[in-house]
Amino acid sequence: MSTAADIRRFNRYGVLAIYRFELARFRRTLWQSLATPVLTTSLYFVVFGAAIGSRMGAVDGVTYGSFIVPGLIMLSVFTESLNNASFGIYLPRFTGTIYEVLSAPVSAFEMVLAYVGAAATKSVIVGFVILATANFFVPVHILHPLWMIAFLVLVASTFSLFGFILGIWAKGFEQLQFIPMLVIAPLTFLGGAFYSIDMLPPGWRTVSLFNPIVYLVSGFRWSFYATSDVGVGISLAMTLAFFATCLALVWWIFRTGYRLKS
Amino acid sequence: MGNEIVADGAYEIRGIGVTLLRQMPAVISISQLTKTYASDLKALKHIDLEIHRGEIFALLGPNGAGKTTLISVVCGIVTPTTGTVLVDGHDIVREYRAARSKIGLVPQELHTDMFESVWATVNFSRGLFGHAPNPAHLEKVLRDLSLWDKRNDKIMTLSGGMKRRVLIAKALAHEPEILFLDEPTAGVDVELRRDMWALVRRLRESGVTIILTTHYIDEAEEMADRIGVINKGELIVVEEKVGLMKKLGKKQLTLHLLEPLASLPLELSDWRLALKLGGSEIEYTFDGREEQTRIPALLRRLDELGIGFKDLQTRQSSLEDIFVSLVKAQSDHPWSAPLASVPSPSERA
Ligand SMILES: Nc1ncnc2c1ncn2[C@@H]1O[C@H](COP(=O)(O)OP(=O)(O)OP(=O)(O)O)[C@@H](O)[C@H]1O
Ligand SMILES: [Mg+2]
Repeated sequence: MSTAADIRRFNRYGVLAIYRFELARFRRTLWQSLATPVLTTSLYFVVFGAAIGSRMGAVDGVTYGSFIVPGLIMLSVFTESLNNASFGIYLPRFTGTIYEVLSAPVSAFEMVLAYVGAAATKSVIVGFVILATANFFVPVHILHPLWMIAFLVLVASTFSLFGFILGIWAKGFEQLQFIPMLVIAPLTFLGGAFYSIDMLPPGWRTVSLFNPIVYLVSGFRWSFYATSDVGVGISLAMTLAFFATCLALVWWIFRTGYRLKS
Repeated sequence: MGNEIVADGAYEIRGIGVTLLRQMPAVISISQLTKTYASDLKALKHIDLEIHRGEIFALLGPNGAGKTTLISVVCGIVTPTTGTVLVDGHDIVREYRAARSKIGLVPQELHTDMFESVWATVNFSRGLFGHAPNPAHLEKVLRDLSLWDKRNDKIMTLSGGMKRRVLIAKALAHEPEILFLDEPTAGVDVELRRDMWALVRRLRESGVTIILTTHYIDEAEEMADRIGVINKGELIVVEEKVGLMKKLGKKQLTLHLLEPLASLPLELSDWRLALKLGGSEIEYTFDGREEQTRIPALLRRLDELGIGFKDLQTRQSSLEDIFVSLVKAQSDHPWSAPLASVPSPSERA
């Protein structure tokens, strides 16, 4: 009998196996996965950039078409991360193939790393594809590219974690769709993806500050144009806090075996 | 089916092998294991069980007895309520990595991916259990299961029996030392069943410990070294198969008489005899624990009495008979010691 690789500390083959499995799922639906965001983004530019944008003034010194690019990327990254990660863990629960992962010498951390890592990878790719698409329509400058990538990866990871939780919590396919449709999409639209919250009346502006999405979009936009609704430090802190909250929830899930093991 | 009395010599020889197995250290030891599901259902009640290294252990029990639950606890899929399980000395909770990497599991349900190829899915399983890729080993596993030609097929295009093979291949991908087969032959045709048992024997020869569940008791009778019977979450019997059949099995001797008897002579009252078929047959029922010399003594006595017979026949209760009566006895009298009830052989002519 051959000896197993030393997995006492870290089962890297296990993590790679899950990660590759998830990316293979992505590759199988490559066209849908990329065509949808590219088409949606193009439509946004046709409508908001050309048709309406031409009648709108510049926001914070940035033309409206360019201004919405970070928000559009964020919108797609939110939904992609949620969908990929929630589906990635829900599907094996639904089909029963989860038995194999549960019976394998894979730690909770490794499982999360693999599933969430794969989902985040996919949405970062989608984010870049949208960026490239946007470049066709409007001039895009990225003043802080490293920060841009850092925000992108952090947000993708956070929402993938959130999606992972969703996929474990969900009892049916409707519930998988429920949160992205009814919570994330409205929060994003109201979260300054397509406008600066400074454009809102003071009352609504205050309400907006309770929307976590505002901080994510604002920070990401800052990395492009160095203008933001809230200070970039606060954005970063809020993003990290969101990430930490999701991590804590996942930790609780694995500690209690919640909906994974009976 | 083991209807014929097997020469006792054969029992002895196989018995020695089993005795040797018994002296080896346990590869799995389960102690005081209970599982209460959230629904308050007690699926396992204080299970104590040791699995010996290298044996084939058959876990038998009616639907809902707790077989799958027991397997799932050992494999880490279901968390135990109380009790401990050691796999090769490693606690399944604290040292789950060491414990789980030794185990391969073929689940009862056909839980397979759909869009992956056979080759991709066995590679996945191997990686998942922490092993570096080894195409040669996987090729051997697939060839052993006649899946090699199907390696590039998507799993969803395979038939049910083929999917079952894929699950076995996945379980063997990481070269486990212990293999759990939860009803491997459910819905499987005769040929695959034979292949499967041949594979199980080969695995056992290479040192793999095998724990299986089945509702086909004749399979267990043929394959297993030891038998465990579980009913309503309680392990009611754990015995070497040979010993179990000897202890609880009944044997029956039928003598076809030359001349019908009106009644049994008083001189034969020492034996538990019955007159059948209008007095033309004598039926002697005895259990494995009774002295072996009683048959020759009976035949001598018949000779002395001038009762001649033209033919004789022996029958032995199968494991199935024993199983059915054990489970029935426990269900009828849950508090009585199960071994006290002696099953009778079912009529099989
Ligand atoms: N996830 C679960 N939640 C609640 N009850 C469960 C769960 N899984 C199994 N049970 C119950 O536990 C008992 C034992 O089930 P188990 O699947 O272990 O039986 P089994 O011996 O494998 O039966 P079968 O021969 O039908 O496969 C049953 O009464 C079953 O209804
Ligand atoms: Mg079962």
